[in-house]
Amino acid sequence: MSAHVDTHTHDDDHGHHHKETFVTKYIFSQDHKMIAKQYLITGLIMGIIGILMSLLMRMQIAWPEKPNVIFEALLGKWAPGGVMDADIYLALVTIHGTIMVFFVLTAGLSGTFSNLLIPLQIGARDMASGFLNMISYWLFFLSSVIMVISLFVEAGPAAAGWTIYPPLSALPLAQGGSGAGMTLWLVSMAIFIASSLLGSLNYIVTVLNLRTKGMSMTRLPLTIWAFFITAVIGVVSFPVLLSAALLLIMDRSFGTSFFLSDIFIQGEVLHYQGGSPVLFEHLFWFLGHPEVYIVLLPALGITSEVIATNARKPIFGYRAMVASIIAIAFLSTIVWGHHMFISGMNPFLGSVFTFTTLLIAIPSAVKAFNYITTLWKGNLQLNPAMLFSIGLVSTFITGGLTGIILGDSALDINVHDTYFVVAHFHLVMGISALYGLFAGVYHWFPKMFGRMLNKNLGYIHFWVTAVCAYGVFFPMHFIGMAGLPRRYYTNSNFPLFDDTQNVQVLITIFALVAGLVQLVFLYNFIHSMFYGKKAEQNPWRSNTLEWTTPVEHMHGNWPGDIPHVHRWAYDYSKPGHDEDFVPQHIPLKDGEEELQH
Amino acid sequence: MTGLLTILILLGITIAIWQMVKIFDLAQANKDTSQIANDKDNSVHGYLMLAFLGFIYLITIISFALWGDLPLVSNSASEHGPEIDRLMIISMVVIFIVQTITQFLLHYFAFKYKGEKGRKALFYADNDKLEFIWTIIPVITLAGLIMYGLFTWNDIMNIDEEEDPIVVELYAQQFNWKARYAGEDNVLGKANVRLINLDNANILGLDESDPNAQDDIITTELHLPVGKPILFKMRSQDVLHSAYMPHFRAQMNCVPGMITQFAFTPTVTTEEMRLNPEIYEKVRNINKIRNENSKKLQAKGEEPLDRYEFDYLLLCNKICGKSHYNMQMKIIVETEEEYNAWLQEQKIFKNSLVQN
Repeated sequence: MSAHVDTHTHDDDHGHHHKETFVTKYIFSQDHKMIAKQYLITGLIMGIIGILMSLLMRMQIAWPEKPNVIFEALLGKWAPGGVMDADIYLALVTIHGTIMVFFVLTAGLSGTFSNLLIPLQIGARDMASGFLNMISYWLFFLSSVIMVISLFVEAGPAAAGWTIYPPLSALPLAQGGSGAGMTLWLVSMAIFIASSLLGSLNYIVTVLNLRTKGMSMTRLPLTIWAFFITAVIGVVSFPVLLSAALLLIMDRSFGTSFFLSDIFIQGEVLHYQGGSPVLFEHLFWFLGHPEVYIVLLPALGITSEVIATNARKPIFGYRAMVASIIAIAFLSTIVWGHHMFISGMNPFLGSVFTFTTLLIAIPSAVKAFNYITTLWKGNLQLNPAMLFSIGLVSTFITGGLTGIILGDSALDINVHDTYFVVAHFHLVMGISALYGLFAGVYHWFPKMFGRMLNKNLGYIHFWVTAVCAYGVFFPMHFIGMAGLPRRYYTNSNFPLFDDTQNVQVLITIFALVAGLVQLVFLYNFIHSMFYGKKAEQNPWRSNTLEWTTPVEHMHGNWPGDIPHVHRWAYDYSKPGHDEDFVPQHIPLKDGEEELQH
Repeated sequence: MTGLLTILILLGITIAIWQMVKIFDLAQANKDTSQIANDKDNSVHGYLMLAFLGFIYLITIISFALWGDLPLVSNSASEHGPEIDRLMIISMVVIFIVQTITQFLLHYFAFKYKGEKGRKALFYADNDKLEFIWTIIPVITLAGLIMYGLFTWNDIMNIDEEEDPIVVELYAQQFNWKARYAGEDNVLGKANVRLINLDNANILGLDESDPNAQDDIITTELHLPVGKPILFKMRSQDVLHSAYMPHFRAQMNCVPGMITQFAFTPTVTTEEMRLNPEIYEKVRNINKIRNENSKKLQAKGEEPLDRYEFDYLLLCNKICGKSHYNMQMKIIVETEEEYNAWLQEQKIFKNSLVQN
């Protein structure tokens, strides 16, 4: 496939030799740039659903048992008289988590930017297999549709938490949502995993085989390193979740006992014998934890690129950055047990996982320090993308630091499954990855749509979001340290927690404002797509190859030959050059030395 | 009908915001149209970065001032509790220091080096020594924390059977807790949910032929004698639950088909805890809040809330279904005499069975 594309001479009349219909151009497209846009828009739609759900939950927690017309309007039979049902609260918890983690921050983030940037930044005409790439998107679309359909089944959508621990998720007797809702959840996720695997394999093959002349691995932009390693983690860990899902389907529908044993529920003994729910926890978190980095690494890759470009400075410690991405990826596969310190597994394992978990703080710290040093003595262009990147580093530090507490088995006993955990992971992976997504959209919007986003709307979007993100999640640590468990539909049955209720209200207000300000982004996105200012070819004066392609998209990306690469991606403000950037395709001057990195 | 109306209103609000943004957008159409940050933007947002640093510090201070009494790091009621609390405080101090410094550097640099036309950044791509330093500092700090953490963890999780702990079973089901005491012999009788027989009130599935089971005592309140090591054996009959006893810094999942365990020694009786000045103050504060809420309820003609009195609690902390939010059991820590007296009053298993 690649050879076939390469041999084309891409002249200006390129568009004429394949007949492009509306269907092949916009729907069943095999062009990586169109697929990237499809991923982004699907991801954003899922994001709107996911964020709306979180707002419903926040309103319920802040004002429990009060009739709320919004509940009545949006939840229908699940909020009789406007009072939210306890089952649907757990369903919101579950689907919000699933949608945000998988559909928005995995597919929406990684799917969008891996597809857009891998071919453009390594100098390839397209992905290794455009066809698989198209299949990958459509499987993702199908799984999104099934997930949304599952919201409307009679007995309610899946409600066992995004971790779907059996037996709760396995037994329709235990919970309404564990019936058809759970079946659809599992089917949707199985399709999602297939989509993710096809995408990841494609990314890996493309990065390894289709780099243009001169683009050695050590000259790859950090975005590509991040996407590449993310794809590797995905290929290693997603199949394990698929196996867990399949075994769970067997337990649910075909009477096996992989995860179930000795169960007495609603007056009857079930036949299951010999299985263990702890086994499911192991299988789940073998993906579940690497998933955090599948979400986070692309965001960090995007940030590296955006920070270097806008600081007009080389990224500090390129080698260390690559090494820490690889170290994080490796360690991410051997820390899953820190989600299970008190699951009943052998306490010795707890010691091992504490050790590996705290090790992962080291490469993370290196990354944070390197970002800060990159800003030092820079000439910072504070574009919205840059603000979101700086914001990412800030929430990454704030959220990451509390990992020292949660990764420590002795301390985890006490804060496990409290709001402290909610605050921790929302900051370190939720908000950080979301900022990465926004930074990517603001930075590459001109590349995707040929137009600029409005910067002042971008500034409003960033500052309100940034203040609200801290307003929501910083105080949340404190109600967690008051011992308040998460996933409680209401806290009013525990007078012990009455003094945390005013904090809950404050958090909800911040959350509602944060939700509303996303409308500014949506407006900016949709409006600029059609009426934004036309973009120049290289608006941010960036070094990477994607900015050497014409603004108008074309099959094969470059009208003539693919440019050759002569230097790394971070020659910003290099002494001896007039401009403060030297793109990768510019040959070294006489006597100029390439930095040894 | 109200549903439709609400959706219309929400739609209206969305459109209103949309229009406001549009007006804002159009208002600037005539000014700078480049959409790329210029010197003025850099300056404005550089200063805002500094302001944002202030905001982070402010929200930290406010959080500590208003909600910093942190029940989970003070007034623990078990022997290992102070050990966990000390480790928690050390970790929090480390975090606080690192957070304060790194956030300062990040936002201050963002302000200090805000871009100006014509200035060139410093070409500074590598410094092995620096990178070595900030690899090794986290390594040392974390090594210390890991060591401390592992020792604490081993202390807590290694159960010393020679201390002759009192064995208590915590039994979880949707959506309540039961406790089973081992009785005179301090050995829990064999049990399996397959043996549950609701007809003769064998609700926990004890083996009726097991001699060890005969003197077991099943209760719905957890009483513990102060100063005695307690070994909890956890069981669940249906789905995963988690036995969370925050005051004792104790938690363990209850897994169907498996027995899990956790041990601790309670050190403060419920009575003593109620008299603790900090707890007393907290309870008074909570009752103030409850009084306010009661007034609102009474104005609507509803029942007022009960007065709150401090009690230790066992909470379910693993999502377990509809009433997960209300799965709790009262824990009472008392002197050994009171405990024994209470235990005497309870029915032993043999006598609790209903003969048909």
